[in-house]
Amino acid sequence: MKPPRNKLSSWWQTLFGHPIRAFGVVSLLFLVSLAIAPAKNYFSEWRHYQKQYLVLIRGRGDAVTLQRHLQTGIQQIWIPELGVVDRCTSCHVGLKEASLADVATQPFRRHPVIPHPIDQFGCVMCHRGQGAATTVAEAHRSTLAWEEPILPARYLESSCGQCHRAALTGTPQLNLGRQLLARNGCVHCHTIKLPDGSTMKATDDPPSLLHIRDKTSREWIYAWLKDPTAYAGSATMPNFKLSDDDARDISAFLIANSTPLPGDTAPIAPSQKAPDPTAGASLYGESFCASCHAVQNAAGNLVGGDVGPELTRVGSKVKPDWLQVWLRSPRTYDAGTAMPHYRFNDQQVALLRTFLLNKADPDFLANVHLDPATPTQIAHGKTLATEYGCASCHEIGGIKKPENFAPELTRIGSKPIAQLIFLPGMPHTLPDYIAAKIRNPRSFGAALKMPQYTFAPSQVDALTTALLSLTERAQTLPPALTVPAPPASNYQPAGKAGELMADLACFSCHAINGRGSDMAPDLTWEGSAVQRSWLKDFLKNPNTLRPALIRRMPKFNLTDSESNELTDYIMTVYQTPAFDRDSMPASGDPPAQVEQGKQLFYSKYACQSCHIVDTTTDKGYIGPTLTQVGSRLNAAWIYHWLKDPQGLRPGTTEPNRNMSDEDARALTAFLMAQRSSGRQEAKK
Amino acid sequence: MTRRLLGLCVVAIVLGCAGCGRTPAAAPALKPTAFGAALVESSGGKQVGATGTLLSQPVIVQVNDDQGSAVQGALVEFRGPAGVGFDPANGLTDSSGQFTTNVTLGDMAGRYQLTASTLTRAQKKVELKVEEVALGYQQQLGRLLDDKYCARCHNPESTPERVSNYDNLEVKPHAFTEGDTLNKMSDTDLTAIISHGGPALSKSALMPPYGYTLSKTEIQALLSYIRLVSDPPYQASGIVYENK
Repeated sequence: MKPPRNKLSSWWQTLFGHPIRAFGVVSLLFLVSLAIAPAKNYFSEWRHYQKQYLVLIRGRGDAVTLQRHLQTGIQQIWIPELGVVDRCTSCHVGLKEASLADVATQPFRRHPVIPHPIDQFGCVMCHRGQGAATTVAEAHRSTLAWEEPILPARYLESSCGQCHRAALTGTPQLNLGRQLLARNGCVHCHTIKLPDGSTMKATDDPPSLLHIRDKTSREWIYAWLKDPTAYAGSATMPNFKLSDDDARDISAFLIANSTPLPGDTAPIAPSQKAPDPTAGASLYGESFCASCHAVQNAAGNLVGGDVGPELTRVGSKVKPDWLQVWLRSPRTYDAGTAMPHYRFNDQQVALLRTFLLNKADPDFLANVHLDPATPTQIAHGKTLATEYGCASCHEIGGIKKPENFAPELTRIGSKPIAQLIFLPGMPHTLPDYIAAKIRNPRSFGAALKMPQYTFAPSQVDALTTALLSLTERAQTLPPALTVPAPPASNYQPAGKAGELMADLACFSCHAINGRGSDMAPDLTWEGSAVQRSWLKDFLKNPNTLRPALIRRMPKFNLTDSESNELTDYIMTVYQTPAFDRDSMPASGDPPAQVEQGKQLFYSKYACQSCHIVDTTTDKGYIGPTLTQVGSRLNAAWIYHWLKDPQGLRPGTTEPNRNMSDEDARALTAFLMAQRSSGRQEAKK
Repeated sequence: MTRRLLGLCVVAIVLGCAGCGRTPAAAPALKPTAFGAALVESSGGKQVGATGTLLSQPVIVQVNDDQGSAVQGALVEFRGPAGVGFDPANGLTDSSGQFTTNVTLGDMAGRYQLTASTLTRAQKKVELKVEEVALGYQQQLGRLLDDKYCARCHNPESTPERVSNYDNLEVKPHAFTEGDTLNKMSDTDLTAIISHGGPALSKSALMPPYGYTLSKTEIQALLSYIRLVSDPPYQASGIVYENK
């Protein structure tokens, strides 16, 4: 112990023993400590990278230009109104150099082409990270307790969503994520307040359970609660991982709680002759049920639309009486359903009912045996239904829709990492946390209520992207700097026609004045487009306009007065202000002009690549068939459509040909000359 | 005084070491039970996806012996350029001699060359190169435009959702992957044909002009997409990400 102490004190003597020596040593120490700051600056990372960049460009042909563009020293992009202070360009010096397209080493890569100039938006707006940092680690990762690391490229689109509130063409993943949030019931339990003050609305319509006993059996409810995907692979209802007893009790409660719906079941008059065994299938096909409902084919793939529920095993679910009522008039049971009211006659209802009931899976309920429910079980079922928040999605008698059932997600994209509890072994980042939570919520604790969804990996990424866009910045941006979503349309057609359109659920496929779906053509200006006689016939008996489409307008079996009512309304109300529909003659164009139009159609504009006028020679089937277009469309509409298709229907695929007035007039004359030789043929 | 300082230093050093010393859990070493002679691609090559995302189909390779029949239990290893993720990166072939991995693309747009390798009985390494394409923002936009405006005619494959118009056309359009033809055309030529239609280059009028429908940015995006997916690769498009 002693010798080192002596040694130390002798060092002390040597250095500070004499006042002059002490002065010298202290001055030296002072000088060295003064030099630390400039040395740190001199050996900084950004200076190193700027030197490396000079080495990189030395051998290139445009070295002089590149060197002139290079600004040395710490660079900074400062945008006060966005709260952006970015020094990324101190190391990323080649971001704007188009000629560096072949350089793959960072930080010298050229920035990929994007719609926003870097100078006006900065870097952290999109990439997050610490803009003010001047070292690699501090800027990119969350060292020094920085809360915001760089956003991984797979979630980059979330940053677009901070300012752009509506769907953008360039952000498919964000758009999908937002759709999934609204469609898969997320926002039934979690509140998401949007920066414009509104709340994200659910777009799905979970069925009411008030009269569930009319529709299905307790056994089916039990099996469905245990695993919804066992019944339908496409089920949006998540799996609550209920125990056998809990599923038994909830099913008991729902059945006991159900009230019968009065005025339901008029029996069907028995048919005279035995029906053709394939008639049900053909009626299902002719009614284009598959446009909305999917069925699993032999190969296990789902075929059909996703507007209505999957029907692969529907025979194992619904009660025959209920199905009959539903097919006859869906709105008796659910006033807001997307299903149109097909005016089927009794025989058709019977055919479809038999066809659908045969879509049963005998194994599905084979192992479900439930004893009659006891009052304790029913009471326990009610407790469980309340605890799991069933009423957040479904209407259940006696249980109110809970408010704020799950944590609010309005600012989830800026949630501090310190507030998250990570699982052992998972990376400590917000995106990983959100993705893990969506993938397997109960892995964070068996007692958690959030159920298990069945999302594909790409859907998990999309959802994570959409959630990451809900940041503090998105909430606080000045409104002038955001691109708001167009207000949701609550367009409602008036009068009797309006009632009829609600009954036929036109908005399930068509959009009018901003409301409705994009499955079928937008009808906002349909009255300017078509001829009255054609529309009336089409509503009564729709024929094929686009051979390449698998989804088509079904036949609703309208009465004459109904189709008249609809036709009158469409022809009067759905008129474009862009032109007068009677401004061009429907017929009587000079034959020379018709002939000129024909030449233009086949040679100059080569319309036959997508349209068919003469079925013997033309083959293109991307656009509508034009064999009888002269009896279908209005002449002024054709003319203005040829001049500017997107002007009349934004987003239509037909290219604008920048046609001269003369060419457009000649083509209109040619097309108006294409008339049905006889209605009879069309009806066949 | 000095002792206390020393003590503090020791504590600081120990703490510092504990902070940095995060040893990654070593993956359990896989022992091959069999050896093959050749590695072939079963599926999953030449896929196109957005940067940083999971490819929609897994990459599947097969190990064969010198007779050409599948080998079970051979060790296959995947490597890729920086940023590419494999799930799993290595494993043994299944009963049909195949090894399946899910690939996450890197963060940069471009072509990615992945390498699968297996050892022969003589401990010689057999390699197989698989190429995938990652689309950046611009190319992604191009792909969406292709889907909407071009694919109907330029893609001969029909799906139930989208029937191809290819067979109906008298003059057959070129698929965008046809590098042999499209790589010979300059950017100016391709832009001209997209903007002004086939007749702009004395080609078929069946190709309509899109210059009045698409913006310049959109045409540029389409062009950059076409250049990136062409096979063989378009030279000027530059970077191919390979293992270093």
